[in-house]
Amino acid sequence: MWLNRDIVSIGDLSVEEIMEVLDRANKMLPYASSGHPRKPLADKIVATLFYEPSTRTRLSFESAAMRLGARVLSLGSLEASSVAKGETLSDTIRIINSYSDAIVLRHPSEGAARLASEYADVPVINAGDGAGQHPTQTLLDMFTIWKELGQINGKSIGFVGDLKYGRTVHSLSKALSLFDVSLYFISPEELKIPKHIKRDIEKRIPVKETKNLDEVIESLDVLYVTRIQKERFPDIEEYKKVAGVYVIRPSLLSRGRKNLIVMHPLPRVDEIPAEIDNLPQAKYFKQASNGIPVRMAILDMILGSE
Amino acid sequence: MTEEKMLKVEKIRRGTVIDHIPVGRAFKVLKILKISTDPGVTVSVAIHVKSKKMGLKDVVKIEDRILDSSELNKIALIAEGGTITIVEDYSVIKKFVVKLPDIITGILKCSNARCVSNMESVIKPTFTLLSKNPLSIKCHYCEREMETDEIMDSIL
Repeated sequence: MWLNRDIVSIGDLSVEEIMEVLDRANKMLPYASSGHPRKPLADKIVATLFYEPSTRTRLSFESAAMRLGARVLSLGSLEASSVAKGETLSDTIRIINSYSDAIVLRHPSEGAARLASEYADVPVINAGDGAGQHPTQTLLDMFTIWKELGQINGKSIGFVGDLKYGRTVHSLSKALSLFDVSLYFISPEELKIPKHIKRDIEKRIPVKETKNLDEVIESLDVLYVTRIQKERFPDIEEYKKVAGVYVIRPSLLSRGRKNLIVMHPLPRVDEIPAEIDNLPQAKYFKQASNGIPVRMAILDMILGSE
Repeated sequence: MTEEKMLKVEKIRRGTVIDHIPVGRAFKVLKILKISTDPGVTVSVAIHVKSKKMGLKDVVKIEDRILDSSELNKIALIAEGGTITIVEDYSVIKKFVVKLPDIITGILKCSNARCVSNMESVIKPTFTLLSKNPLSIKCHYCEREMETDEIMDSIL
């Protein structure tokens, strides 16, 4: 049942439901740049409520809604709103609830979308809650893998970079572990995947942890690169040393499988140099653009045009 | 509890006996029941008591106080499987084993400082029980998983 459903955490979706979203996103693909000819959400209003700036995610949701014919209500600057006057999230949600047919929420507190879903009658879509969940990012990542490689089952996915703080890695690796895949976690000692996540994933699928990307590149179908943030290191020299090791070079990719793809949640800094962009393996811009059909699919499913 | 063990600490006329507390946790029990701040209550504590079932255990006896369900739930968090005996006029009127419910509400806060449940006063912190042994729970809001030590530090 998708009608009026909240999309709060990827953990709320079963494998079958994830596949349903990917399938619907695939059907939306032709309309992702030109708009849906039927305008199925023409009588709907989607509110985007962003308590912290994330221009790309907001624009992606708003574009997806408009491509389906919906109208969009957007929270203006925070300074001018009641949020600045100290209104609680639960109160704000109760008000916005009556203005729109769905609420897309971005908030700095973890669990904010779950709270909002309890106060709203209309469906709430989590567009990122602090270091917590960002389910549409996970779904667009899965859509990219599925679309580029034909399937998810049987694939080997390697995550490289900051695996400790990167929430995209946590959510995506958990969701992938519901499928028949192998996961590789490649990171410096300081930024290893948290133990409780690894322990949970290992119950279902094989996991390999290493510091050495060279050693495993030949085994991978997907190389998912994340940014290593300077702020994580007290010593800048230490940061430079560590970050330098995980820069993706053409020579590295040439040793990979023929159909290897390189993904990145963006923005990137130095970990993927521009010289990679034109290689056939580079899929990160495609991945970002997949946000539109995936978000169109979700909006269409929960606002019930069919 | 056998008669012999009961006698290690004097029998109580009226009150609550908490038996089969995992060894070393008796003082945690006193802490979460906020007994140290209540001079009207007489408490006996036995630690490192030999037990057939547990090897060693702790026992707490609280005079003139019958625990409510919120307090029992808190005890379940740190002494799952502990035995509660309610005593009136030196005789046992009720005896049962404390059990953790599958959904735990209102007795502890989330250990994640950035969790929305620590920011909005309307929220009752709520957790799902993942596993009893080792104890592991998950916050309903931020999905943080917490284990024994973190849980003990977060009891309200």
